[in-house]
Amino acid sequence: MSVNSGGALRHAALADAAGIAARHAAVFRPPLANRLLGPAVVALVLGLFVYSMVALGFTFERVWNGLERLGYILGYMLPPDPGKHFWKYFHALGETVAIALLGTLLGALIAFPLALLAAKNIIPNRLFHFGWRRGLDFFRAIDVLIWALIWINVVGLGPFAGILAIAMSDIGGFAKLFSEAIEAADRKPIEGVVAAGGGAPHGIRFGILPQVFPIMISQVLYYIESNTRSATIIGIVGAGGIGLHLSDTIRLNEWQNVSFLIVMILVTVAVIDMVSTRLRFAIIGRRGT
Amino acid sequence: MAALPLPTTAPATLHRFDAYRAEQAAKRLRTLVFAAATLVASLLAAWMGEVDLAKFVENFHKFPNYILSITPQLRWATLGEDFAEWYWGWKRWGRLLIDTVLIAYAGTLLGFVGGLMLCFTASSNLTARRWLVLFARRLLEIQRSVPELVYALIFVVAFGLGPFPGMLAIAIHTTGALGKLFAEVNENIDLKPVDGMYASGASWSQAMRFAVLPQVLSNYVSYALLRFEINVRGAAVLGFVGAGGIGQELLSAIRQFYLPDVSAILLMIVATVAVIDIATERLRHALIGMDTRP
Repeated sequence: MSVNSGGALRHAALADAAGIAARHAAVFRPPLANRLLGPAVVALVLGLFVYSMVALGFTFERVWNGLERLGYILGYMLPPDPGKHFWKYFHALGETVAIALLGTLLGALIAFPLALLAAKNIIPNRLFHFGWRRGLDFFRAIDVLIWALIWINVVGLGPFAGILAIAMSDIGGFAKLFSEAIEAADRKPIEGVVAAGGGAPHGIRFGILPQVFPIMISQVLYYIESNTRSATIIGIVGAGGIGLHLSDTIRLNEWQNVSFLIVMILVTVAVIDMVSTRLRFAIIGRRGT
Repeated sequence: MAALPLPTTAPATLHRFDAYRAEQAAKRLRTLVFAAATLVASLLAAWMGEVDLAKFVENFHKFPNYILSITPQLRWATLGEDFAEWYWGWKRWGRLLIDTVLIAYAGTLLGFVGGLMLCFTASSNLTARRWLVLFARRLLEIQRSVPELVYALIFVVAFGLGPFPGMLAIAIHTTGALGKLFAEVNENIDLKPVDGMYASGASWSQAMRFAVLPQVLSNYVSYALLRFEINVRGAAVLGFVGAGGIGQELLSAIRQFYLPDVSAILLMIVATVAVIDIATERLRHALIGMDTRP
């Protein structure tokens, strides 16, 4: 289109401006409510933000002083240095990974039978389905740190409580994901197994499990990765892992140790992220992501 | 095997059976290796994690006992009084719970703004300079890889005890998490409007504002609402490290064995999270509905 014809179009449009505005009223004169909606939402969001900042104790003086102190802290953090505690930290890191791994596996193991009961195509009773699902949600609603505090009462301080806490908080999530995978499974293999004379357990073992197992593995690997992050902080309440050293060194103002611990966590999370992504692709190919 | 006579014994068919068997054997071997590796890793982890089954079995009765002991005594005859006694601290807990939600709200909003500022630079289809993209991505990665509780521990030292450092910790973690999701959304947009903006002489920021943002904003808000719910859960435990909200109260109730208080506070948290879960889901559906405009 040449510039001239563009100009011609423009003149034609300008000549008929009133007509166009009349034909497309929704664009040229939107209703007042529509025009006010955007600014009203923005005003509400900002107003609530200002209110919460006041309620949370925001003052410019506090922010300024805090930023100054934060600057000092960042300065003290360099260079990262474990001092004489490298092996102690390394052991705690091993504990952290162990907590994440075993907690996730245990959670998945407990969640599988619960997920079978939560799947509509296994137990086709709506009332039971609803109640069971809400019951499983309860596990998820309680934070892993709270579970850790509860299990410390049972098995004492240490990583074992951490493993149990991670397992408990994963049960709800796993059961939900697993039951969704089971509900999405193809019914024909089960019917085939039943037609060949198999019972319900055979149907589950040979009809459903082969279909959902790769999806479950993929989800377990993903959870191991995110649980490594949870396991790094679970030590703050005394349930094992590197978190205990992290909170201790922060309280004692040993900032070089703190930054070393953070670097250790970052590297571990990155390595586990990489390994689990590789494993996911190796085990299930590209379809289970 | 010999019980069932095969329908044909043509060499080609036998060959196919052999291939099938070989494939099955290889698959079985892979499964066995995988199972063995998992078992070894689990045993190693059990040793590292000081798993003590004897202690577990011996002490397991404490778990149901604990659940029973935090359950309040509610009798039908004196239900009102029992309930009032159970929730004796509801005013204080309610205030702290509101604080918790406000921490999550302000943290999510600040994180949203932070993610918005960084996400365009972290999208390889919108920013031409490769090093700038990598820099923004690394920055977001560091922000979300460090758990928010660790930020909270450090900020409590810098800014003093209270909800403000907790809010900052959530804001930084949320910036990293949302920035990554936003950048992924950006990398799937239609680039023609962007080209159009550049062709008519727009600057980079103008192109982002008028060509990218209208395509992605509803997705952004949807992700931010999801994140808000996660952050409410997170804010509920920030008090464990002195960073405000209901967590401090819960921690002291657990540590000092004010048992009915534990269940009272836990139920309040669970109910709040459930309400916010439902509300944000409604909002997100409304938002998706709004997307289909002329």
